[in-house]
Amino acid sequence: MQHTTKALAAFALVGTLALAGCSTASGDGGSSAAGDCTPSDGKVDLTFTSWIPGIEDAVQMWNEENPDIQVAVQTGPNGNSGTYQNFFNQLKAGNAPDLGQIEYDALPNFRVQDGLEDLAACADVVAAEEQFVPWTWGQVTLGTDDEIYGVPQDSGPMGLFYRSDLFEANGIAVPTTWDEYKEAAKQVRAAGGYITNFSQTDINQFAGFVWQADGQWFQNDGDEWTVDLTGEASKTVADYWQELLDEDLVSTYPAWTDEWNNAYNSGEVWSWNSAVWGANSIASGAPDTAGKWSVALAPQWNSGEAKAGNWGGSSVAVFKGSEHVYEATKFALWLNTSDEALTALNTSANIYPATVAGLDLPSLQEGVEFYGGQKIYDVFKEAATQVNPDFVWGPTMTQTYADVADGFKAAASGQGTLFESLENAQKTTVDALKAQSIPVAG
Amino acid sequence: MTATTAMPGVVGSKGAPRARGPREKLMSRTAAMLVMAVFTLYFLVPIWWLLVASTKSPGQLLTTPGLWFADFNFIENVTALFEYRGGVYWKWLGNSVLYAGLGGLIGTLIAAMCGYALAKYRFPGREVIFNVVLGGVLVPATALALPLFLLFSTVGLTNTFWAVFLPSIVSPFGVYLTRIFAAASVPDELIEASRIDGAGEVRTFFTVSIRLMSPALVTVFLFQFVAIWNNFFLPLIMLRSEELFPVTFGLYTWNSQLNQIPELRSYVLIGALLSIVPLIVAFLALQRFWRNGLGAGALK
Repeated sequence: MQHTTKALAAFALVGTLALAGCSTASGDGGSSAAGDCTPSDGKVDLTFTSWIPGIEDAVQMWNEENPDIQVAVQTGPNGNSGTYQNFFNQLKAGNAPDLGQIEYDALPNFRVQDGLEDLAACADVVAAEEQFVPWTWGQVTLGTDDEIYGVPQDSGPMGLFYRSDLFEANGIAVPTTWDEYKEAAKQVRAAGGYITNFSQTDINQFAGFVWQADGQWFQNDGDEWTVDLTGEASKTVADYWQELLDEDLVSTYPAWTDEWNNAYNSGEVWSWNSAVWGANSIASGAPDTAGKWSVALAPQWNSGEAKAGNWGGSSVAVFKGSEHVYEATKFALWLNTSDEALTALNTSANIYPATVAGLDLPSLQEGVEFYGGQKIYDVFKEAATQVNPDFVWGPTMTQTYADVADGFKAAASGQGTLFESLENAQKTTVDALKAQSIPVAG
Repeated sequence: MTATTAMPGVVGSKGAPRARGPREKLMSRTAAMLVMAVFTLYFLVPIWWLLVASTKSPGQLLTTPGLWFADFNFIENVTALFEYRGGVYWKWLGNSVLYAGLGGLIGTLIAAMCGYALAKYRFPGREVIFNVVLGGVLVPATALALPLFLLFSTVGLTNTFWAVFLPSIVSPFGVYLTRIFAAASVPDELIEASRIDGAGEVRTFFTVSIRLMSPALVTVFLFQFVAIWNNFFLPLIMLRSEELFPVTFGLYTWNSQLNQIPELRSYVLIGALLSIVPLIVAFLALQRFWRNGLGAGALK
């Protein structure tokens, strides 16, 4: 009994020592002078979190060429599956990585939580603007004039993937406007298929449609956010798809499921309005249809226009508290503008570059077998330059997506309409912003 | 139930009841079997699906019926998985074995010592400590992950082996189980005898008591092994370096990227199948002790 108490005391002592260790360690974890962008002396070690498989290979090339700026890659699940939450935890704990991959639609969230360094102080970053496809730059300035919160990494210009064999066999012309698309939908339906599948859960795809129609869901004038999920463009797009749903011209399989893949693989669904990265999704989800697909520019809302939407894309941002902003941006610029890095990322992970020069990468010049040898990236290169530069994402996209998706799911089964879902999400989004004390107009 | 209610009838005559008894038994047995069969099916179908899916080529995965084989492609799939990104899957499997195996062993030892001390020594605050530990059983590990992350951040231990290992060696449930078991299976007289023979407390514990407690320890080890193996949330929050990932978390990171990199799908499937093998091995190898442990604890 005697020595058990002694042991307990010893244990308690060890505990206290450990705690004392904690408090001293936390002292040097604080942030240094933020906002400036000057080179550090000596060797610099950076950490970079990205979930792109194989990005280590590209980083390896950097590390070999730049012995003074060594980058360690950290990884994890894709952003919304955990990595974003980890970033927030790390910011809170004061040990965020120097650099992180953040999708465009999540960037404003990190901005309003004050998690990002403004890179406008870095002359190299400001000068790099002209290298990027103009609209991707708007995605990292978040609609401001003089702030930059990341370096664009990739983009997802949208086009129309369609079964050229079925369209041809049934004498249906490839639609160039959404009106023609609806007419084609009726013909496809008469032939026993569906022209496309309406996804109730891919709200960023729907946002891409609105984007193409020059809609703007969010705006930020520096002081206040404006939320406009129910503007004219949104109404046009929502009503259009509502008609297709009402007339049973589109299927409503849950996207990214086996039955959805099967609907494409079996030839039941004939086209998909998707982003450049969707090329691989079809190839793997519908392998029996190899060689029968083609890609065209997206149908237009008004004939004669040349506009494209965007679905996806991400940036590399520098987190608040990084002590080596200058070196971090040097690396981020190399990763996203140099030919060697873009080629490596494109071949290992299908990353579609955000730079103008990147659209002409040799690996994007070749015909793709699955699409009957068509040089599909020529189409996406054209689409990439047609995206409206003014579209801005809101700070609570996860919530907005979820609320719209709830409404869309109900609408797809006949309860309510797509536009009502947007009206509802408009309210909940404004409430969510207010709940986070984010200034919002109206 | 039905068997016991039929009992009074059995007492009366000798011939007939014998004919009736077994039949009712047969019916209740059939019913029980049926229920069990349904549940077995319910639990095994996903594993069957996984097994079948892992033999298919990536192309046939989505295009052939899920519950029956297509072309046999198992070996190719396994080789492709092992070769993908320099065999990172092996690394993950090894990490899992290390976290769960070593963590389970040390966790069991600590729980055993703690439970033994609580059962066999009388000291002030004993019940308080035990009740606090018992309270620990009620707190889900998930709820502790974020506080642990902030704690480990201040000592700079996040994204290290220790970030997952240290929280894993704590098992309040193990303490509870070993305390109950030690109280029941280690006689005070034996400890007394060992003291008289001149053995110290530590020696008594390791040479006498721990052997008597071994069935419970196997149970605790298995529980702890499975809990660590399946612990997903802690690695998700703590780890950033791929070379530290346990297999569950590694597969999750791949799975989260299927939309953009569809070829990962077959790796995730085959990886999931292979990752349950160590669990099955652990269970089969320790099953005998485990059953022993459960029964012995219950009877005494």
